[in-house]
Amino acid sequence: MERRCCFDTFLRRGISFGSSEPPYSSPLLPASFPVVIKLTKVTKEYPPRGRALDDVSFLVEKGEFAFLTGHSGSGKSTTLRLIHMAERPTAGEVRVGGFSSELISQREIWKLRRRVGFVFQGFRLLPGRTAAENVAFALEVTGTARGEILPRTNRLLTKVGLAAKAGAMATELSGGEQQRVAIARAIANEPLVLLADEPTGNLDERAAGGIMELFLDLNAQGMAVLMATHDLELVRRHPRVRVLEVNEGRLVYDSTGVPGVA
Amino acid sequence: MYVLREAFAAIRRAPVLTALSAAMVALALLVVGLFGLVTFNLQQALARVEERVEVVAYVRDGARRDEVAVAEEALLELDEVRSVRFLSKEDALAAAREEFPEFRDIFGDLAVNPLPASLEIELQTGFRSPEAIARVAGMASLYDFVEEVVYGQDWVNRLYVLRRVGAVATTILGLAFALVAALIIGTAIRIAVFARRDEIQIMRLVGATNGFIRRPFLFEGFLTGIAGGILAIGLTYAAFLVGYRLIFPLEWLPWSWVAGGALAGGLFGVLASTLAIRRHLREV
Repeated sequence: MERRCCFDTFLRRGISFGSSEPPYSSPLLPASFPVVIKLTKVTKEYPPRGRALDDVSFLVEKGEFAFLTGHSGSGKSTTLRLIHMAERPTAGEVRVGGFSSELISQREIWKLRRRVGFVFQGFRLLPGRTAAENVAFALEVTGTARGEILPRTNRLLTKVGLAAKAGAMATELSGGEQQRVAIARAIANEPLVLLADEPTGNLDERAAGGIMELFLDLNAQGMAVLMATHDLELVRRHPRVRVLEVNEGRLVYDSTGVPGVA
Repeated sequence: MYVLREAFAAIRRAPVLTALSAAMVALALLVVGLFGLVTFNLQQALARVEERVEVVAYVRDGARRDEVAVAEEALLELDEVRSVRFLSKEDALAAAREEFPEFRDIFGDLAVNPLPASLEIELQTGFRSPEAIARVAGMASLYDFVEEVVYGQDWVNRLYVLRRVGAVATTILGLAFALVAALIIGTAIRIAVFARRDEIQIMRLVGATNGFIRRPFLFEGFLTGIAGGILAIGLTYAAFLVGYRLIFPLEWLPWSWVAGGALAGGLFGVLASTLAIRRHLREV
């Protein structure tokens, strides 16, 4: 595929293109590597602004970790929103787990959402609730038995390193801590894939590093992660992570060397 | 259980917003309540006036009492007739003396009783239209011994027109007030829901079903509406007491109307919440 973006030079230096190594993957992965996300010739238009995505195709397999990179406005967030089915493509198909954008109805979206975690740059916690309540909320919503909610919430907060702050109000937490709570909430229902839209964008370097480690840990336990970021330093520090680059709505680069649908 | 907990928790978290919503509902329903109070009292006043509508058939002097009694029974069989009372000439004179004490001397000096005997025909509720009254009067006038039938035709016609105008006006105004109240309640609930749109979006993001998201909001809307309804009843009752003491004796609304008002508040709350939340459920 034609390289059209200034990211290329940087990525060529930082990431071992042409390496025989497979993309970053979990040791817990099953041998079959089922596809978690599949975009097939996806186009998204916002009239009259024009195309936000243009004929984008790629796969993310179970347990895979991929960066989705590109400039602001290149189509990263649109891609994530389409995968989360907050929006539908103008053309093409998005498949996530067993759900297709062509078939799933608005009423059934909740079934998909329980299989896909989402972490935002702005955390999006409920401000009037504690860290534990924010996490428990995701479990209550999905009908988890009342007796299970508290122990599972504690386990999740422990997993993200925030057990000691369970009772703190969301607004009392630092940015990094709020993002950890958001991650705990996103993984509460054990999703197939975790989508993250610039999750370190509002954090300082140390907090961002901690969040990235957390994503890697979760991925090491088998969870696929697709993380949108324009932080090239972050991408460069993780050379084994697959990189997908979008520019002006087109997928211009895939570090696995296989642009388009496999 | 979750619904109750979340609804009450939401009220606890934003008590001012909830109180403002309930107050807006209360003020909207107060207008409806005051209108109901005025309408009900006008209806009662009109009903009291209508109660006095009766047909009087004057009986010729010399009519036999037994043939009058047969007529009494026949008239009583009519659907429109509630009661028929025979008033003899003597009874009429006694009544006149009673009702017009200033003419007692004149009535006492009479050598011959000039007043005729009569049949006083009282009508059933719901049969006091000009047509129904005219029919009864027509039936009574068919008897030979009946000299004249009177029922204040002009007055009855005017009363009937007044009642119809009143019914149309109260229906139109009532609907207009109810519509205004519904819009105000809808806006109040919409603001309350809008203030929590982030929460709705987050619930959608983590996989809540629409029903799961909607239920606490609907219950909260119901509680706000009921609270507003009860507050409106209190305010309407206060207005009733003030009116009773300062203007003239009013009658308080039937309790079925009062309960209906509070329930209407609750239902408006549920409806407004349903419409308000529907928009946000489509967003994410």
